[in-house]
Amino acid sequence: MTPGSPPPRVEMRGITKRFPGVLANDAVDFDVAAGEIHALLGENGAGKSTLMKILYGFYEPDAGEIRLGGVPRRFRSPRDALRHGIGMVFQQFMLVPSLSVAQNVLLSLPGTGWRIDERTAAAQLAAQAVRYGMAIDPAARVWQLSVGEQQRVEILKLLAGGAEVLILDEPTAVLTPQETRDLFATLRRLAAEGRAVVLITHKLAEVTAVADRITVLRHGRRVGTVPAADATARSLARMMVGRETFDHLHRDPVTPGSAAVELADLWAANDRGLPALRGVSLTVRSGEIVGLAGVAGNGQRELGEIVAGLRRPSRGRVWIGGRDRTGASPFEVIQSGVGHIPEDRLGVGVAPRLSVADNLVLKRYREPRFGRGPLLDGAAVAAHARQLIAEFEIQTPSPGTPARALSGGNLQRLILAREISARPRVILAFHPTRGLDISATEAVHRLLLAERRAGAAVLLISEDLDEILLLSDRIAVIFGGALIGVTEAREASVEALGLMMGGQPAP
Amino acid sequence: MIRLRVERRALPSPWASAAAPVLALAAALLAGAVMLAIAGLNPLTAYVDLVSDPFGSVFGWTETIVKTIPLILTGLAVLLPARMRLWNIGAEGQLQCGAIAATWVAVWTPLGHSPVAIPALLLAGMAAGALWCLIPAILRAYLSVNETITTLLMNYIALLLVDYLIYGPWQDPAGRGFPLSAPFPPAAKLPLLIPGTRVHLGLVLALAAVAATAFVLNRTRWGLEIRIIGDNPRAARYAGISLVRNIVLVMGVAGALAGLAGASEVSAIAGRLERGISPGYGYTAILVAWLARLSPLAIVLVALLLGALFVGGDGLQISLGLPIAVVYMLQGLIFFFVLASETLATYRLTARGRSPGRSW
Repeated sequence: MTPGSPPPRVEMRGITKRFPGVLANDAVDFDVAAGEIHALLGENGAGKSTLMKILYGFYEPDAGEIRLGGVPRRFRSPRDALRHGIGMVFQQFMLVPSLSVAQNVLLSLPGTGWRIDERTAAAQLAAQAVRYGMAIDPAARVWQLSVGEQQRVEILKLLAGGAEVLILDEPTAVLTPQETRDLFATLRRLAAEGRAVVLITHKLAEVTAVADRITVLRHGRRVGTVPAADATARSLARMMVGRETFDHLHRDPVTPGSAAVELADLWAANDRGLPALRGVSLTVRSGEIVGLAGVAGNGQRELGEIVAGLRRPSRGRVWIGGRDRTGASPFEVIQSGVGHIPEDRLGVGVAPRLSVADNLVLKRYREPRFGRGPLLDGAAVAAHARQLIAEFEIQTPSPGTPARALSGGNLQRLILAREISARPRVILAFHPTRGLDISATEAVHRLLLAERRAGAAVLLISEDLDEILLLSDRIAVIFGGALIGVTEAREASVEALGLMMGGQPAP
Repeated sequence: MIRLRVERRALPSPWASAAAPVLALAAALLAGAVMLAIAGLNPLTAYVDLVSDPFGSVFGWTETIVKTIPLILTGLAVLLPARMRLWNIGAEGQLQCGAIAATWVAVWTPLGHSPVAIPALLLAGMAAGALWCLIPAILRAYLSVNETITTLLMNYIALLLVDYLIYGPWQDPAGRGFPLSAPFPPAAKLPLLIPGTRVHLGLVLALAAVAATAFVLNRTRWGLEIRIIGDNPRAARYAGISLVRNIVLVMGVAGALAGLAGASEVSAIAGRLERGISPGYGYTAILVAWLARLSPLAIVLVALLLGALFVGGDGLQISLGLPIAVVYMLQGLIFFFVLASETLATYRLTARGRSPGRSW
């Protein structure tokens, strides 16, 4: 900083934060100026969220200081931080679904007294929404809103609370490309008015698109801060991972075989009894990866659950390996050779308090190799675990460690090891790399491609278009419970897929 | 400003997990002492009696073991479903049904005088307990009816059934109008293990049941299924494990264990069907299972302690003229503090601002 220039809006110096067994932030420096969008980039566990939760008053740092406009400050709570103009939008929204947009915003304001003038508030809100390019109806109930719209409500809440510094944690994870573009336009407008914006992300493409400066964290330390104009996706990736990444996965040409999964005119309701699937027909052949793209909540979960035998379709048929498996039990589906990497790893994919070894035989303990008759051969289970731990490089203290002690990436490796080692002919992969860091993501991608080469049919359900484009042979886009189009991956573009994810059929 | 708040521990503290039941027991005795003092008694005298009666003599020890036997069996009947997150509050009723069926075999069939009377009445008791427990189990498995409530309510039906039988069709004509069934023939009396005491063959059966339960849970495929369901039912469904089949099987086995307790009690101790075969073993069993932290082996020790409480309570009734309610009060206090201590093992108090574990 040159002498004489005004102090930055926010300045964090030497921030250190220790959790039991982990140094989450190690003497990190970070600053953001008024009128600036500053991206905080790093892999999972790099310490981005911790650093921002310190700024937001959620944690107190073990060492270091925070200055606002040059004045040292300590925040004791998020409310305290908001009083000083700092607000944060989390990945999990904190909204009351049954209340309107305006009511949610009013609810977030401290001490509004007994009387609430909802009409004035709604009018002010509408004006502010228009000013920042956030299309939203203040009278709409939150449960009716799309995820992107709910995010706008969160931003409006902060603005109503007087936030001058806005922190957004992975805001684009749930958005379509179009919604992402709108969000970025809003953020630029906020910055242009002199607000400071911090964007936590691990997506390389978007930081170069929207940020003014980029700070990269790795293992809790600051690797560096660079102007976005000087950065490329490749140079940032190198800073994040600490080595060159391999953009180009080796995709052998594989001639697809016969249809391994055939879905014909599937209709189904979701858990709330509302229509979730409206006549989906899709075929996945052996040796082929079909990517199912779509914004969350458009029926992909229900589709996957039907194939896995966890949900019954109200109409339509499912064939697996040429046999009718409509309404089959999960056990019958497993016996048909379907591997399933579930969306909710800890909630569905493992028994968290059971050992890694037990979890690795979660579906296979019935096999003769794991015991005679009703008996379970603990030695065979342990040997099986040791083999898979080595082969799939699962980082665990021992096979007896409870599964929940594993990190997200290792939990996913455990699930992949279990599902893939069973040599499935069909793999259902739900968001297989969500929340994983770059190296773990690469490992998952390589495994899926290896299975494709080995002749497995892979149905890849993902919100990450880059991932879908990278892995898929064909891409189907689902919107509102119906397939809006199926295209060959080599003919697909992000732009066209993004439009389809937003409900507009391909031109 | 420092605000205290309760937050979940990242992992249950191993130290707290081990210390919690012990501290709970101590706290319960302390609170019980206050109650006794309010009732105008010297708590110290009462507690000395409470310990010296069950453990101070050979007779005390054997009586304690006699009470331990049904507590082990009913404790297992609570433990096994609890390992699958099913709450069997109905061990008492299942025990009574076991007693009814055993009485039927002993008194009303020719088997009662035959050399196979013992195995026959024990098997009948197990079958009856299992059937009684299967009613709530099937309602739960197929219709998702809350088994906590149904198993509890089935207790009252079973107790009234016993009343009906001993006041009605099964009343002993030679019993001068007392509500008792006819006595068991000698061939239908469970053999004693130690002559001159009341310690009977049920002890062997109970210990065998403990060993079998531990073995099934830890060394069999079925045990793994139960542990998976207990840990995460959604993962179990995902893994193709049938919840319906396991609910029915586990509840059936649980009912059979409680039924075995009833059959052995009526055959070895009472010798006839009557009221008060059980002073509430099936309810104390819930406490047994929880104090044992759902570990089958720990159940033996816990059942012994709570069996001693029953013997000590009997002593208090005689020496100090206290009602049996003192025993139930202490049991209630223990249960209360055990539940509270569970929370302390899983959660902790912190001052606001301290790091709530690793959660970034």
